[in-house]
Amino acid sequence: MSAPAGLPPRPAASREAAPRFQNGPVQGQMHFPSGYGSHPPNYSVPSGHYSQVPNKAAASHLDNEYRASYYPTYYSAPAQNIMTPSVGTNVLSPQESQQFYKTSPHTVGSAEGPIQGAISSASYLHTSAQQSYSAFANHYSTSVGSSVASQGFPLNSDDYTMPVASSAMYPNVSYPPVAAGSVYGQAYTSQSLPAVGQFKETNTFSSQSTSVPHSLQQHVPMGYNSTSAISSAQSVQDNISRSPTGSVAKANNQINRGGIDSSQSVQSVKQTVPFTKPGAGTSASSAVNSSVRTSAPSLSSQPRSSPSVTQSPEPALQEAIDSSSTTSSASPVLNNYDALEGGGYPETRSVTSSPVPAPSAPQTSKASKPFGYGYPTLQPGYQNATPPTPVQPSNPGQHPGFQHYPQQYPGVNQLSSSLGGLSLQHSQQPESLRPVNLTQERNILPVSSVPAPVPNLNSDLRKLNCSPDSFRCTLTNIPQTQALLNKAKLPLGLLLHPFRDLTQLPVITSSTIVRCRSCRTYINPFVSFIDQRRWKCNLCYRVNDVPEEFMYNPLTRSYGEPHKRPEVQNSTVEFIASSDYMLRPPQPAVYLFVLDVSHNAVEAGYLTIVCQSLLENLDKLPGDSRTRIGFITFDSTVQFYNLQEGLSQPQMLIVSDIDDIFLPTPDSLLVNLHESKELIKDLLNALPNMFTNTRETHSALGPALQAAFKLMSPTGGRISVFQTQLPSLGAGLLHSREDPNQRSSTKVVQHLGPATDFYKKLALDCSGQQTAVDLFLLSSQYSDLASLACMSKYSAGCIYYYPSFHRSHNPAQAEKLQKDLKRYLTRKIGFEAVMRIRCTKGLSIHTFHGNFFVRSTDLLSLANVNPDAGFAVQMSIEESLTDTSLVCFQTALLYTSSKGERRIRVHTLCLPVVSSLADVYAGADVQAVVCLLANMAVDRSVSSSLSDARDALVNAVVDSLAAYMTTASNLQQSMLIAPNSLKLFPLYILALLKQKAFRTGMSTRLDDRVYAMCQMKSQPLVHLMKMIHPNLYRIDKLIDEGTIHVNDRVVPQPPLQKLSAEKLTREGAFLMDCGSIFYIWIGKNCDNNFIKDVLGYPNYASVPQKMTQLPEVDALSSERTRSFISWLRDSRPLSPVLQVIKDENPAKMDFFQHLIEDRTEAAFSYYEFLLNIQQQICK
Amino acid sequence: MESVVFIFSLIDCCALIFLSVYFIITLSDLECDYINARSCCSKLNKWVVPEVIGHAVVTVLMLISLHWFIFLLNLPVATWNIYRYIMVPSGNMGVFDPTEIHNRGQLKSHMKEAMIKLGFHLLCFFMYLYRLVSKIV
Repeated sequence: MSAPAGLPPRPAASREAAPRFQNGPVQGQMHFPSGYGSHPPNYSVPSGHYSQVPNKAAASHLDNEYRASYYPTYYSAPAQNIMTPSVGTNVLSPQESQQFYKTSPHTVGSAEGPIQGAISSASYLHTSAQQSYSAFANHYSTSVGSSVASQGFPLNSDDYTMPVASSAMYPNVSYPPVAAGSVYGQAYTSQSLPAVGQFKETNTFSSQSTSVPHSLQQHVPMGYNSTSAISSAQSVQDNISRSPTGSVAKANNQINRGGIDSSQSVQSVKQTVPFTKPGAGTSASSAVNSSVRTSAPSLSSQPRSSPSVTQSPEPALQEAIDSSSTTSSASPVLNNYDALEGGGYPETRSVTSSPVPAPSAPQTSKASKPFGYGYPTLQPGYQNATPPTPVQPSNPGQHPGFQHYPQQYPGVNQLSSSLGGLSLQHSQQPESLRPVNLTQERNILPVSSVPAPVPNLNSDLRKLNCSPDSFRCTLTNIPQTQALLNKAKLPLGLLLHPFRDLTQLPVITSSTIVRCRSCRTYINPFVSFIDQRRWKCNLCYRVNDVPEEFMYNPLTRSYGEPHKRPEVQNSTVEFIASSDYMLRPPQPAVYLFVLDVSHNAVEAGYLTIVCQSLLENLDKLPGDSRTRIGFITFDSTVQFYNLQEGLSQPQMLIVSDIDDIFLPTPDSLLVNLHESKELIKDLLNALPNMFTNTRETHSALGPALQAAFKLMSPTGGRISVFQTQLPSLGAGLLHSREDPNQRSSTKVVQHLGPATDFYKKLALDCSGQQTAVDLFLLSSQYSDLASLACMSKYSAGCIYYYPSFHRSHNPAQAEKLQKDLKRYLTRKIGFEAVMRIRCTKGLSIHTFHGNFFVRSTDLLSLANVNPDAGFAVQMSIEESLTDTSLVCFQTALLYTSSKGERRIRVHTLCLPVVSSLADVYAGADVQAVVCLLANMAVDRSVSSSLSDARDALVNAVVDSLAAYMTTASNLQQSMLIAPNSLKLFPLYILALLKQKAFRTGMSTRLDDRVYAMCQMKSQPLVHLMKMIHPNLYRIDKLIDEGTIHVNDRVVPQPPLQKLSAEKLTREGAFLMDCGSIFYIWIGKNCDNNFIKDVLGYPNYASVPQKMTQLPEVDALSSERTRSFISWLRDSRPLSPVLQVIKDENPAKMDFFQHLIEDRTEAAFSYYEFLLNIQQQICK
Repeated sequence: MESVVFIFSLIDCCALIFLSVYFIITLSDLECDYINARSCCSKLNKWVVPEVIGHAVVTVLMLISLHWFIFLLNLPVATWNIYRYIMVPSGNMGVFDPTEIHNRGQLKSHMKEAMIKLGFHLLCFFMYLYRLVSKIV
């Protein structure tokens, strides 16, 4: 199917397999030791080892095996001379050599080194598995996540194939829900009703899925978008009607993560799996797998599941080994669609809500309305549960019950708004088209967060569709023609979060990956099978043959049912790619840290934090036994560190020739993490104190980066740059371009673009060598982020910025750096990645947004990909789509995991095509529209000007609302009317205009502005929305009503408040969730009990100015507040910093600037903005 | 004298025609994914300045030799060339920037521009040829 790796990149087959082709192919291969080179043939060998691991779980064991298979080949070979001799001559030029080989004057690690080393080595002895397990628990926070979070723990993913076989043992039972459910059924449900088992049937593909007591929902770490009470209640309903025994499950959208949670999940594993001791170094995945097995008894009430489940290990093993040769096998398809009714399947977790929604309406015909039940029964549950995250958008239209809704509760705006989009298929007028008079409606914010609208597809397709968290389109109803799109005045585009941490992901190992022969689309749930042996591509409509191998379904162990294969049952799947998808052997994980050690940097004191975080997380860095690490520091010279194994202490090599930088000892600067661990620890302990007395104020960032590039180019990997000032020496030096007097100018903002192309060129060079540059900018002065950011933008890196960073003067920033680093160092990472976005014929991609290099029309080259990166693309309709009713989008992300596996993650989204303007508006996804507009506005402000971008944003609202009002002819032209789907549009646009990136009139530092723009381009939608429009809650009177239970904690669910000072009362306390920071604002007359219980101070006056943590006080209100905050925290990867703000605190401006509905000196209030829009429409 | 001017212009025009064809071929290679953006842009950027110079020389020559019509015909294109070259943002790698060429339909507009220039140069070519022949005969 695909061309072999060696072929030139041109053939379509290997296009995606060609990460390096642009830069003189495969230097890497030449330099690699013979052992390395011969690796691919043996590629399947490790899988043999690994598939056994779940049985013998100890990870140290694993480690050994790993070593056994890698070491002899890789390290014994004379491989290390990767860099070439030119350097040598340079180095040894007599007059300079002395200077170069100055060893570090500081004795490294004499006193504290050993101690530290002892400690950490002791912890290391605990086996890396445990370490990474805990990392995993923290970051993915759930054990079910196994198959996705493969990098978080040491098992090779081949063991994922196990469950496949186990499932294959019991035909017709799709086991995965069992696994998930059983674990969480015990762990998370607080049973208020005894539940036995559920038994239900998915509709079309009707694989019977057994499920478990209580809810099936998976437990998810970062469920921004989780099941609502409704959807789960529906599944309950469904279950009741279907299951012989009957059960009531309740689920809520719950998000939790972190200590309590993870310990919970660990416990649950303990309970279910007696032989799996979390501490003993089993990986999470094996824990899950084994829980599949052991949970069988608990399911024994269900005839089909029990007997064979326990037998699974051996066959599984067999299968895993076989799989490399001919058979294909799929790994745990933890397919809980049936539980979740489509939509946000991966990000839900099972939690119970305190008031039990008691669905009662009997279910009649399942086929026609699988989840339907009467609205009245829903209502109490809904109100009680008041889900904080979307009322699951997934299940709208098809519930007849909802149709009565507008009539029954016409006045309840909040309710109706949160149910907005729920009745797309309403016969008369969909809820999302309900006209909303913006100037009169005071409360347009929903009670909880805004749900993603659900495409108006039939229920089968909807169930299969991709989660809106990974893949969202601005228009869920695609207009038929470009003309119609132009008429609607809304942008068409996709928002992608492809490498998100998922907990449920089918991983497929198969010798042939089935793809369309002409457009190379991966087979997906939306293709049509013409007959058993042929399928029709849904993107280019070519008819393809089904390969023989694909006829066999490893899940059901049946032959001749290609449509039941996991690839065709899941819109998000991951393939383990064969060597066809490689141009060179998968690279090891390589990390290089480039640290600024000039006077400015030492003064700020960031080195201590960085070194400390690195020391703590050294064992959790994703990677395998080949992982390599290196350090470069720079001031006016560049210092390298020789960490070669065998040295007694790290050796510093100083290169002062910054105009012609070279590597002093190319082969010992990047060293194996495991072999040289002691030296690395010594270095990290010594580094913070090595430069304390430096007087060097210059910064030679450019030469340091050039050196880093040279060091990395043979392998590729990740460069992390820490910079604290404007680079002032050597190549890439920059000059201050900011005029402080222009900070609050309303006219022009200049210098938003880069000053030099040095960093861009460097980034492209790096990208060509599969190296990403991540930038941490910690500066107190202007550092020209606009220029520096280029190094990350085009090499697919990420950018962190800490304005006025100082370790002791600015503890909030220091804490933030610490938390960010923890996440940064331990999160999953994909190397040498490419992403291709394909879409149905007729659509084409117009513009890409995000951090990457666009290598060809639809191929993005991502040297590294991380789970926090979001992308956006703008689409245009080139040919009319009249002859099709569905369009599909597919993103395929091909990457090398930190374990050295080539994997392809494929997401497919399917959307209906509509021909009327009203339908286009009905399907508008306001959040996606706003995020795409933000991306476009950033481009516009760089290429044109900020005021142009602002005008364009305002025009976007004016034009689209005007266009809508002309379609709805019966509306009075004097009012400002928006369809319900777009009612938040003006509010969000106003928020954007007041955002740091686009605001004028207020003093905004250029770097802050540029950073905000960078974030808009690279953040996924969920994060970006919080940045644009923060959530405000009142927290001084948290009540029981609507609380939800996460594990054993009660999490109150206060309603969202308008971002307006009118909502702030002096008697209250408010929490604002801005994504990366939480503000708690305390009114002057705030209840003393609240201050005492929650803040731990006797009265308002004694609350300190800088408070960043809530004490643990044994009081109900304290407990509630803390559980609410930690629940919010758990919903995002970066742990936000908390800041308590008193009314007279100078920091209160930070808080008040987010109250975007209020008027400021330079900007409209929301109402004024509406009037302004209305005026412009009437013009 | 006049014939020398036109012979020179003719040669120059030929060179510009070849250049336009080269631009079109390279851009369509990029469009079809035969070469990657980086190498395409570095190839093309090399020839931007020669193109500007080549065209400016003809224009100035026409002005000096007082061929007003041909001068006015050439002036807008020459101005556009120079404007395009001057207006490249400081952070870009030239008129053709590999990071932006796939965005906002830039590839298409570059292509269109090269096509128009090709047509223009062909027109000029025959005009010079005609003038030359009419002068010689």
